[in-house]
Amino acid sequence: MSSTMEDVEPAVAPRRRRTLRSFGTTWASQIGITVAFVLLWLVFIVKAPNTFLDTRIYVSFAQTTPYFALIALTLTMVIVSGDIDLSFPSIMALGMVGFIAVERTTGNVELAVLAAIGVGALAGLLNGFFVTVMGIPALVVTIGTQFLFHGLTLVLVNGRSFALVEARDSTAYGLLVGRFVGIPMQFVWLVLAAIGTWLLLYRHRVGLNAHVIGDNPQAAQLMGIPIRRTRTLLFVLTGMAAAFAGVMNSLQVSNFYPAVGSGYLLPALASVFVGGTSVFGGRGTVWGTFIGAFMIGAIRAGIVAMRIADFYVDLIYGAIVLIAISIHAVLQRRFER
Amino acid sequence: MGERGDGRAPIELRHIHKSFGGVRVLEDVSLRLSSGEVLGLLGDNGAGKSTLIKIITGVHRPDGGTILFDGKEVRGLNVDKARALGVEAVYQERALAEQLSLWRNIFMGRPITRPLGFLDVREMRRITSELMGESMGFTSAALTPETRVTGLSGGERQGLAIVRALHFEADIIILDEPTMGLSLKETDKLVHFVKGIRTAGKSSIFIDHNIFHVYSVADRIVVLDRGRIAGDFPTTRYSLEELTEIMREVAATGSFKPERHRATEAASEADGAEGAS
Repeated sequence: MSSTMEDVEPAVAPRRRRTLRSFGTTWASQIGITVAFVLLWLVFIVKAPNTFLDTRIYVSFAQTTPYFALIALTLTMVIVSGDIDLSFPSIMALGMVGFIAVERTTGNVELAVLAAIGVGALAGLLNGFFVTVMGIPALVVTIGTQFLFHGLTLVLVNGRSFALVEARDSTAYGLLVGRFVGIPMQFVWLVLAAIGTWLLLYRHRVGLNAHVIGDNPQAAQLMGIPIRRTRTLLFVLTGMAAAFAGVMNSLQVSNFYPAVGSGYLLPALASVFVGGTSVFGGRGTVWGTFIGAFMIGAIRAGIVAMRIADFYVDLIYGAIVLIAISIHAVLQRRFER
Repeated sequence: MGERGDGRAPIELRHIHKSFGGVRVLEDVSLRLSSGEVLGLLGDNGAGKSTLIKIITGVHRPDGGTILFDGKEVRGLNVDKARALGVEAVYQERALAEQLSLWRNIFMGRPITRPLGFLDVREMRRITSELMGESMGFTSAALTPETRVTGLSGGERQGLAIVRALHFEADIIILDEPTMGLSLKETDKLVHFVKGIRTAGKSSIFIDHNIFHVYSVADRIVVLDRGRIAGDFPTTRYSLEELTEIMREVAATGSFKPERHRATEAASEADGAEGAS
């Protein structure tokens, strides 16, 4: 190709590797949130050493945090592409309806897990349809489908709950909520999902497309990026993650109840934003979401363990969330022109 | 200069119509771009320039009319097809993603991938680094392929958009208001660059609403007014002063007849007549 733009400035300065500045540009806010996470943890250890120096609390975190952290990972990608999904708590339960149906008819738990994930994918596909084909903003669509999926769950199971005791002997139980060298499998799945999400978001064309769509939809259109397909795929992945989390949660407590997903909406969203993903799209961080989820997961337990009166919990919780997102706002403005 | 090229038409539009929500944006537009030609497309805001360009680049589908590439009709043109046929457009900043790095901007929409769609990041960084040194004239050590577009000046952004188009070996380069927001020095650089396109034997469509930017580089100037072709003027036969006068008249009446202008200097009526070729 020709080199016609080079004529005015002749001198080619030696290009240094990465300057400190560009390092700061890329990592400032993620280093910030990691430091905040460590500080918070130190406070917990100092104020409640009996709890936070005991392995039992870590086992507990490793079991309970992945339920919403898994969804927070795929949600990070959805938010990077400029969308949002509020329907996942209902998909956690709807997926379980598929699980129950297959498990009760075939007795095969592994097949039931796949059925649940399949139902989650279909639910995500429906979200994607309304958002990309009907052209309705994701916020509005997923408020609607949140009720729709929840309602569908209630109707399909007549509002009942189901005991899943017999599933404890299955391979799936061991794979999903068992232990791997002492580590709860929920955590193992979360780490795998985090690696997968990172690869998809930063090392795969889907992630590149998602970033462009979230940053500048007009550019995405002009450059021929498959906008509908990409956005729909991310909703489908979120549906699958939600259904998977619903299965893990239900297997862990050996019981399915239609409200299984309730209470996970805000922790999952908070994890994403505390992690430093931009609410405006075009920029997200998988590491931040991972750290953010464990911050969110630990705050309540930490406050209780510090023997602070119960009615302070939400106040402190809210303050920590606001401090975390303020760290991002300040660091991103300072280092990233 | 007006009779450049070998008679082939890399792109020809015949009787293109396009409406958006009942509003006619393009009406019976026919246009022929010869190879090795720089075509200036002039028109006021809302004349339909951008829509015409987006039809050529496959972003929009026309409601009626045919598009020919090298004399062959192409149906169902989309962005990928247009690219495969050698069309590249420089949409200035509108087609850059600010928060993304330079290499991600260069390769957006068509990354170099390994099997299963994984990105060949190292290769794309390497190529970006090369392009920055050779073609964009980015010599500052502070700029790396990982730099985000947010940190770039207007001229640097324009350079990025142009280099992106050039890198993919286009035969037809479309520049959409490339001088917008550029300093004088940067504009000179751009004009020089457009002349380079012609020297390389490629064709280009240079869109602007300012005739002074277009006149010095274009072989031919087509004036678009309210969705219609109002005239077609080889720059060899019309002086800048004449064209400026014509533009004024087109803006007032919506059309222009060159022969009549030559003969009588009288203003023409708005009867939608075509210009001389």
